[in-house]
Amino acid sequence: MKILICLSNVPDTTTKAKFVNDNTAFDTTGVQWIINPWDELALTRAIELKTDAANTIENITVITVGGKDAEPTMRKALAIGADDAVRIDVEPKDAYFVAAQIAEYLKSNPFDLIFSGIESADYNGSAVGGMVAEFLNAPSVSAVSGLNIEGGQVKITRDIDGGQEEVSVEMPAVLTVQKGIAKEPMIAAMRGIMMARKKPLNVVAPVEVEALTEIVNFEMPQPKPACKMIEPENVKELVDLLQNEAKVI
Amino acid sequence: MSVLVFTENWDGKFKKMSFELVSYASKIAEMLNTQTVALSIGDVQEDELKKLGNYAADKIVSVNNDKLNNLDNQAYTSVIAEVATKEEATVIIIAQNNMGKALAPRLSVKLKAGLGAGVSKLPASVEPFTIFKKVYSGKAYSNVVIKSDIKILTLAQNSFEFEENAKSHAIENFEPSVGDVKTSVSNVQKQTGKILLNDAEIVISGGRGMKSGDQWAPIEELAEVLGAATACSRPVSDEGWRPHEEHTGQTGKIIAPNLYIAAGISGAIQHLAGISSSKCIVAINTDKDAPIFEAADYGIIGDASKVLPDFIEAVKEIK
Repeated sequence: MKILICLSNVPDTTTKAKFVNDNTAFDTTGVQWIINPWDELALTRAIELKTDAANTIENITVITVGGKDAEPTMRKALAIGADDAVRIDVEPKDAYFVAAQIAEYLKSNPFDLIFSGIESADYNGSAVGGMVAEFLNAPSVSAVSGLNIEGGQVKITRDIDGGQEEVSVEMPAVLTVQKGIAKEPMIAAMRGIMMARKKPLNVVAPVEVEALTEIVNFEMPQPKPACKMIEPENVKELVDLLQNEAKVI
Repeated sequence: MSVLVFTENWDGKFKKMSFELVSYASKIAEMLNTQTVALSIGDVQEDELKKLGNYAADKIVSVNNDKLNNLDNQAYTSVIAEVATKEEATVIIIAQNNMGKALAPRLSVKLKAGLGAGVSKLPASVEPFTIFKKVYSGKAYSNVVIKSDIKILTLAQNSFEFEENAKSHAIENFEPSVGDVKTSVSNVQKQTGKILLNDAEIVISGGRGMKSGDQWAPIEELAEVLGAATACSRPVSDEGWRPHEEHTGQTGKIIAPNLYIAAGISGAIQHLAGISSSKCIVAINTDKDAPIFEAADYGIIGDASKVLPDFIEAVKEIK
């Protein structure tokens, strides 16, 4: 079985958002780049499953669409335990553009399972996984919070609105994963970091695709009015404010 | 031309969110001077379907097919696409929830329609079609132009003030062509007797300041008296004090209730990313410098385990 994990290279989640060029571009000054947290959980689960030989996972590949500056993040994925990496050499324009690039790669390089995180920490689109699946005319399962392999079949737990379902799916399939699939992201060990330098990181030329959306500019949230403080002895006053001022209870 | 809105039901009853979606779709239909078509998939009786007309749907298309009893992303996408084509939809509205996140991206590729994911208000203009959505997990917003002929928007939950606006409407039963279903569901566990975190109008959330997992009684009791759902911060679910389903924050659940009460939560930037769209935030924390107070509307500096019992009593007095 071959697993492909779609990785997004995103600013560290503690980064404060700042913009430049008349608020049309994200200010990357001093930003730490990380593997998108949900993609990292997908990678973690794939590696956990691979350590059990009975699951017969031959290979875990990570793929990203981005410039050379995404490579340190790819190396980090290799250090954690991916076998090889693919970078499609073009700046991402929108989710449709990214998914089309990945789908094109998959047409000549088939995989059995394709993972993507449920959203990216930058554009919060929740889109690439499902889009790749539709490009490939493959089934997809979204909001996956548990994954096991039994007798060559995948056993999936997915969250539905108000519950959970056990699902099985024909392969090849795309799984969009979220918290729960793995508990904690795996951390690279020193040996992994050494080995990562020798693992293949293949750079692939992009195909021509037209983006369907375009960001015009960014805005910062409206500042909130100051918090109204209430003395701990006066909880009654708080309840009164919630009832009569905020009108929420 | 039309605006198509995909509604969801639970055991044949529409969720509140479906009315929010239809109401939102009808406002866009007004901007485009066209009609609103609501699509329902599942076994929904006519009396229930009619309710969509109360939120300004001009036409209700009902699809009831055994192959669609469980969510198969591919099959559902193909049905929505078929109805969209039949109704000549130029805008399609879907919820930004688990089902919407499963379907909207597929539909985007199938119809070559640009996707605006997680919008929270009406488009600023329809020519060019400009939407407003949060990015960087709510730390900023962006104005995005959708350039394709067909546009798909997913609406963030509890973000749109919907109103009743009854219209005369037609109900049509439609039999789509459903292809092979490639996913099978073997076991369904629905949360019962509990208010669901994503649906809840009030959420009481506990953090590390609650000190341990066996200190949750006041949070549960306050939730009980307020008719609220319970939630927690990431350290709490990492410690196993509470199930991971309750984790709210950037990598957990992202919620937007009317009232969010944070007890013993310091308010790390990742936590705020999951709750900052709440209409009203109350913070109870011993540390006056905790970042949660910058996000909160009302705050109490104090020990949550001491404040909560008084809170419960005060709520009981008014209920």
